[in-house]
Amino acid sequence: MRNPFQGIGAVIYKEVIHIQRDSTAIVFALMIPILQMTILGFGIDTNIRQIKTVIMDNDNKKLSRELVDRLRNTDTYNVAKYVYSDREMNEAIIGGKARVGIKIPWDYSDRLLKGETAQVMVLIDGSDSSVAGQAINVTTAIGLDESLKRVLTTGQTLPVEVRPKVLFNPDSRSPNFFLPGLTAVLLLSVTTFLTAFAIVKEKEKGTLEQLFVTPVQPMGLLLGKILPYFAIGFTELCIILLALVNIFRVPIHGSVILLLLLSMPYLFVSLSFGTLISTRARSQAEAMQMAFLTFLPSIFFSGYIFPRETMPLPFYIISMFVPATYFINITRGIILRGAGLRHLWFDGMMLTIMGALLFFAAARRFQKKVIAS
Amino acid sequence: MTDIAIRTENLTRKFGDFTAVSDVNITVQHGEVFGFLGPNGSGKTTVIKLLTGLLPLSGGNAWVDGIDVRKDPDAVREHIGYMSQKFSLYDDLTVMENLTFYGRIYGLRPDKLRSRIDDIISQNALSPYVERQAGKLSGGWKQRLALGCSMLHEPKIMFLDEPTAGIDPVARRQLWDLLFDLSGKGITFFVTTHYMDEAERCSHVAYIYYSKLIADGTPMELEAMPDVNPPGTKRLEIRTTEVTRGLRLARKFPGVLSATVFGQSVHALVDGSFDQAALGKRLNGQGIDITEVRPLTASLEDVFVELTYRRQAELEASRA
Repeated sequence: MRNPFQGIGAVIYKEVIHIQRDSTAIVFALMIPILQMTILGFGIDTNIRQIKTVIMDNDNKKLSRELVDRLRNTDTYNVAKYVYSDREMNEAIIGGKARVGIKIPWDYSDRLLKGETAQVMVLIDGSDSSVAGQAINVTTAIGLDESLKRVLTTGQTLPVEVRPKVLFNPDSRSPNFFLPGLTAVLLLSVTTFLTAFAIVKEKEKGTLEQLFVTPVQPMGLLLGKILPYFAIGFTELCIILLALVNIFRVPIHGSVILLLLLSMPYLFVSLSFGTLISTRARSQAEAMQMAFLTFLPSIFFSGYIFPRETMPLPFYIISMFVPATYFINITRGIILRGAGLRHLWFDGMMLTIMGALLFFAAARRFQKKVIAS
Repeated sequence: MTDIAIRTENLTRKFGDFTAVSDVNITVQHGEVFGFLGPNGSGKTTVIKLLTGLLPLSGGNAWVDGIDVRKDPDAVREHIGYMSQKFSLYDDLTVMENLTFYGRIYGLRPDKLRSRIDDIISQNALSPYVERQAGKLSGGWKQRLALGCSMLHEPKIMFLDEPTAGIDPVARRQLWDLLFDLSGKGITFFVTTHYMDEAERCSHVAYIYYSKLIADGTPMELEAMPDVNPPGTKRLEIRTTEVTRGLRLARKFPGVLSATVFGQSVHALVDGSFDQAALGKRLNGQGIDITEVRPLTASLEDVFVELTYRRQAELEASRA
């Protein structure tokens, strides 16, 4: 019986030399993650604050000015300008100079003092739905609060008091939300690219053909080629986690060991993607295009950017077949919520199943398409 | 174990409806330098792929070093060396690293590996380049290294697919000297080539044309084939003062069966009705002089051209 892994040592030896001599691969593997983390970690803030606002205070008495001050103090609004006509207000919003216009009528104070209902109009630019949503929430809350103050007599308390408490990311920091998800996307992209390139390069050069005339066994060849990239992916993950904690100040609440363990089946997923691409692509350029195709579902269907819960059913079903979905659950679970295997066993199991299936599919195709052609 | 290095029996390979190799029978003895010739796309590389176990056979049988290729292609690969025309080396690895890699692929133990690498380096005079990256070697040295890499495991049978394509004449000559040196030590070479001078050097040649083997023997046997030298004909070398026009006139002349240019002369196959004096007069009328006429034996090129024409005519006849 022949050793089914014959040649694996030799192939690893050679592949490690390739990686050492090919500095672009290393730069690619290590710089891109840091760059992307910097952009998403420092550059993007999803919390909406300082929305440009114009105010038209037709009342301009103590009570109306108090209302304006309250709005200002929320940090949500940044009063860009006071205007004195409806036309001016509309122009400011249409021209993009302001996203919110607040119009206080001339009888605001009078009506309040008489105990009547005073109305305040808030015009909101709906072209950015998250900005609009935030503006609606904050103005409604302030309106309600002002009303309560007047309705309740001194000494009375609210019959129902709701006290929201945000767990795990109490300050709603964007890096805490983005970076654990980004880890999953980066790990996928870099290892998929490098693996696909490593195999397609040998195809282009004709060296693969030479290897097939030697006693090297298909599994020895395939594992020998991809294990060094498994090591690179793993190193990359460690670097990402170090940067996460030390540079971006995102604390890891759960077990790092568990995170590293659960990343292994996920790495096999991306190595297998890379191998599958290499069995189809004839050139590195072609491999690049195919690799991008595999990233799109991982970015859009995994819950990395858009929450899966609000997806229409067909997309939700697609998201169940995207490996990144499970790995993002794992990274956010462990890093932000301190979740353990007790909570994440299902995601871990799904990744292991997907990793194993994809790897065997890749190995089969590699043997059929690359070796016997 | 027999004296036979390679034997095929009705070797056949089909790709769908297309037959790439059809009923090929070859026998190559140990220590022979076997030249395998044929136009591009006629099935040469497919035969090598079948014999090295890269492609499964569609029909027939093949044995390499006594091992049935159908039954144990892995064992075949342990006994053979293969060098493709692309010199499949890793450009970013040094000469030493390329040798180490291939040696380990063949599973050589560390001490054995070291002594084999030393042998290969001295055999191919590679010692000045040991630390140089393979991509920075010239064509001839690349080819020596590629040959060395494919011989680390001491194979008895070597397959070389157009080993001299694209290298300079000196390197070409040196490679052939090396091949004969090695074949003297009992190693069998299965070599494909387009160069007729290389074919003439081989101890055994075969010619494949559109999937079928149409000639097989020593170069001398082929040059004496009745198909190439039909009874009642002879070959002549006719030197003229103006070779291109001379050829055009000679081809139309009665008794000339075929004619082609070779350097400054016309090589013609003529039959009994050919009248040399009459051709002289005909050319003279056009202002061309015949300076010399000599009898000629067929060269391998003549053999292959003649056989190709015949086979083409047969193929056209069978289609009509």
